[in-house]
Amino acid sequence: MDFYLITLVKMALTAIVLLTCCAYAVWVERKVLAHIQLRPGPYFVGPHGLLQPLADLIKLLTKEGIVPSHVNPFFYLIAPFLAVTLGLTSIVVIPFTPPFEVLGHQVALGLTDLNIGVLFILAISGLGVYGIAIGGWASNNKYSLMGSLRSSAQMVSYELPLALAIAAPLLSINSLNFRQIVNAQEGFAFGIIPHWSIFAGPVPQILSFLIFITAAFAETNRVPFDLPEAESELVAGFHTEYSSMMFASFFMAEYANIITICCVATALFLGGWHPLWPSAYGSDLVPVVLLAGAGLMLLFHAVHAARRRTWDRFSFPVFGLLFLGLAPLFLIPVLKPVLIPFFWFVAKAGFLVFVFIWIRGTLPRFRYDQLMRFAWTFLFPLAVANLLVTGLVVALTGN
Amino acid sequence: MDALLFLVFAAIAVGCAINLVLQTHPISSALSLVGVMGSLAVLYLLLGGEFLAAVQLIVYAGAIMVLFTFVIMLLNAGAEKKPSRKVLSTAVALPLLFTLAGIGAYFAATQTPSADVVKFGAFTAGPLEIGRALFTRYLLPFEVTSVLILIAILGAIVLARKEI
Repeated sequence: MDFYLITLVKMALTAIVLLTCCAYAVWVERKVLAHIQLRPGPYFVGPHGLLQPLADLIKLLTKEGIVPSHVNPFFYLIAPFLAVTLGLTSIVVIPFTPPFEVLGHQVALGLTDLNIGVLFILAISGLGVYGIAIGGWASNNKYSLMGSLRSSAQMVSYELPLALAIAAPLLSINSLNFRQIVNAQEGFAFGIIPHWSIFAGPVPQILSFLIFITAAFAETNRVPFDLPEAESELVAGFHTEYSSMMFASFFMAEYANIITICCVATALFLGGWHPLWPSAYGSDLVPVVLLAGAGLMLLFHAVHAARRRTWDRFSFPVFGLLFLGLAPLFLIPVLKPVLIPFFWFVAKAGFLVFVFIWIRGTLPRFRYDQLMRFAWTFLFPLAVANLLVTGLVVALTGN
Repeated sequence: MDALLFLVFAAIAVGCAINLVLQTHPISSALSLVGVMGSLAVLYLLLGGEFLAAVQLIVYAGAIMVLFTFVIMLLNAGAEKKPSRKVLSTAVALPLLFTLAGIGAYFAATQTPSADVVKFGAFTAGPLEIGRALFTRYLLPFEVTSVLILIAILGAIVLARKEI
């Protein structure tokens, strides 16, 4: 009974944290895009727009959910549900920290520890296309249908290079379990170069990392591969006919998928929770320095505000003191084995999410035929060649 | 718990399979088939075949059925018209169906080995053992199957070219 109870609590916690992360990923995306385009971004709801996700949520919740008269109601209603369920599911196999001891129990952040974690991710992301495909088809609208057709073709095509790119580092790691994959990347070559998949092994997997990230953009329907919702051609693509919470479900699913795929890339290629350089050279101090620096900067701006706004008078000192208070937490020996690995995992995954947003602010959209040609004539052969070379080297070195 | 889950997902699989035949719209039928594949994956999982379950989902539900739905959507196939059911055909077909099912059940019960062999979670082979078996003991059937699929693809291309 205890097992079920603990699992339920863990599931609820994971869902709440993931949904909050999704909401704030939207805020971060709007802010980063705005700053790339030299605008302030959301600014008026809360300090620097920090409460904007909450306002958006209330707006979407209270809007009328319209079911147009010409749709297929069953599939129209089930599609966003399917999308958001599958989007939130795959995070369960990601381990965030190594096991640590709490009150005599061995625990680790991360919901479950499947032997086939990598395959589970592939299976769930393979099913994820149904939400979009059914939604667009059931809307009975030509733009939605075009969006969902593009989405199915694109996701099936890019799944191949994605899976092949995942397979290459697994050849030398020899496991499908995420915890073992991360453990295999521990240590440093020459005492300084981390033993991550992209640097180490018989063949450094930097190429398959790049293929994986490129295919991940297509799998999550992000710019430059966001053809399914290309607003200049398709109004809003597959979710044109959706409103209110059903629209929000598609939105949440997209951001949950981005967060999950960034976590997968972190665990597979970037060494999971292992630091960038050995703790002997002070990598444990990075979170302290970052938080203390951010806190001091906020306090400085609180005193010398360039453009004094009403909110800033309160929010700068409050957040500055909060960050300064958080910084020493990373120095407490009891909390260190949890917080330091967690910091590194979140830092790497967060950086990848930032790259997703950065690219959205930088690159134009592909044309549809270019997208397909890129997948089949460039990315796929490249992934196959990379897998073959890795396999040959692994076989020769007798790993 | 295992037996309960088995019953639930077996019922879902059979229900989806019946729904697949009864539905008139191709999309509904295709998605029912996805339901069948998904419940079969859960049954594999109950037996302990984690790898098989994942591959079942990736290959059948995630790739093949996506292509099916894609083609149905692309051709925009509508609901098929139900032929008007004759009372006579129903009266003849139902007893025949039950007879066939009965004969099938009889052979299944007498010809298959006893159910003691099958136990929940008894199948412990992982990807390593399955891969090794595929590339050593079953190498010839495995390669022959891939050649067969290749021939099928070539045949499809030849037929499609004729149409153009």
